[in-house]
Amino acid sequence: MLRQASRLLARPPRLAARARPFSTDLPAADQTADATFTEAWNKVIPNIDPPKTPLSFMQPRPPTPSSIPSKLTVNFVLPYASALATKEVDMVIVPATTGQMGVLPGHVATIAELKPGVLSVHEGNEVTKYFVSSGFVFIHANSFADIIAVEAVPLDQLDANLVQKGLAEFTLKLSSATTDLEKAEAQIGIDVHSALNSALTG
Amino acid sequence: MAMAALRREGRRFAPLISPRPITAVRSSPIAPSHEDEGPIGVRYISTQVVRNRMKSVKNIQKITKAMKMVAASKLRAVQTKAENSRGLWQPFTALLGDLPSVDVKKSVVVTISSDKGLCGGINSTSVKISKGIHKLNSGPEKETKYVILGEKAKAQLIRDSKKDIELIITELQKNPLNYTQVSVLADEILKNVEFDALRIVFNKFHSVVSFVPTVSTVLSPEIVEREAESGGKLGDLDNYEVEGGETKGEILQNLAEFQFSCVMFNAVLENACSEQGARMSAMDSSSRNAGDMLDRLTLTYNRTRQASITTELIEIISGASALEG
Repeated sequence: MLRQASRLLARPPRLAARARPFSTDLPAADQTADATFTEAWNKVIPNIDPPKTPLSFMQPRPPTPSSIPSKLTVNFVLPYASALATKEVDMVIVPATTGQMGVLPGHVATIAELKPGVLSVHEGNEVTKYFVSSGFVFIHANSFADIIAVEAVPLDQLDANLVQKGLAEFTLKLSSATTDLEKAEAQIGIDVHSALNSALTG
Repeated sequence: MAMAALRREGRRFAPLISPRPITAVRSSPIAPSHEDEGPIGVRYISTQVVRNRMKSVKNIQKITKAMKMVAASKLRAVQTKAENSRGLWQPFTALLGDLPSVDVKKSVVVTISSDKGLCGGINSTSVKISKGIHKLNSGPEKETKYVILGEKAKAQLIRDSKKDIELIITELQKNPLNYTQVSVLADEILKNVEFDALRIVFNKFHSVVSFVPTVSTVLSPEIVEREAESGGKLGDLDNYEVEGGETKGEILQNLAEFQFSCVMFNAVLENACSEQGARMSAMDSSSRNAGDMLDRLTLTYNRTRQASITTELIEIISGASALEG
């Protein structure tokens, strides 16, 4: 038993060193998670603990301030990474379906869908540009902007030759498409590649 | 050690023949094969039997140790992906809130489980929670259906809820998990299943030894509108302007689908992490148990071996003393 105790004591530090701190996912101290759900659960199924809900894993957002804040807080997330997490910037320009939309602190609360295009983040004098495939942007009243995209690459990682080839390929596919599905797919390919093209040239 | 064994034998034979300390009684109850009861309750098994058991237990220990290493390396691979995907569902919850207690007519429970076993109790926990949610949301005019991901939940739920199962998807982890695969999956589910609210049940990965069962709720656009109009948590949704030529309804539709695929992606990754972590700890305790068993068997083996040596000695000595005497 003592042997096992020493083994157990020796094991956790190694695991703690290997485990990473979960920076994007801290259990919020206030369990504002639905109390009605917990109560209803406990009434019907008293033996099992109720499951947790996402609210208990999220940092709560600050309320709308009375005056316009000086900086915009941006969360730019992709399925594979959080490209920007609560970064304070001056402005972002997002490629919404209606065209390039600039977002400054104090922007009215908006939900916008994105089309393939260039996203630029302006912080002081530096501008970072990404090409996003598509996604959504939520602008909240408290000057928080959430940009969720499926794919985003920095512009310098795009290859102009491949873009031209892709554009030609999809134009060919569109002309030879028979069913609506094929036409739609070819059209999407053309849209993305022409946006890539204009991103590289423009 | 031999003297102690001899003494034991002496004690056994004493009631039969008193004056002689060591006896020539040949009917030794310590037969070379199979079990026997000594006066103190010591059982003598053949060494061959014990040796076979020791070999198989040692093999099991090696296998479970190897499985633990494999699970640890797989965990490391998936853990980075899962942590990176954690930012994905937070904007949706920030915008649309989290309403697990929403009152809807048609709820669909998406249970995420593993395909392979030997991973501790996580699949049973998921199934228990799914059944709990089913119970919670049952009533007049309300119905709950299941969509099952993974063999283990399928085996458990098919037994008593077969008629409530809409869709079963297995072999999810044949290729490494990526967003495209999960979005195709989400698309399939959205196409084939009617729902007012989707409740995704999975095990969220906190650490290698801690997995928290979690339920994420995704509402259909109509319910979102209904909740927004009625005020309460989603009441602020009306304040949001909608860019673009599309109506609010269309945007909400796209939003709900996107939210579902993002939440599913995170849920599937977290469950994969939890599965590997649970397998690690299950295999670890199993190899520890095998080690304990091996220790006990080794002691039994040594006792048996020494008892048989003692028997030989006794036979030789008694034979020799019979010749002399």
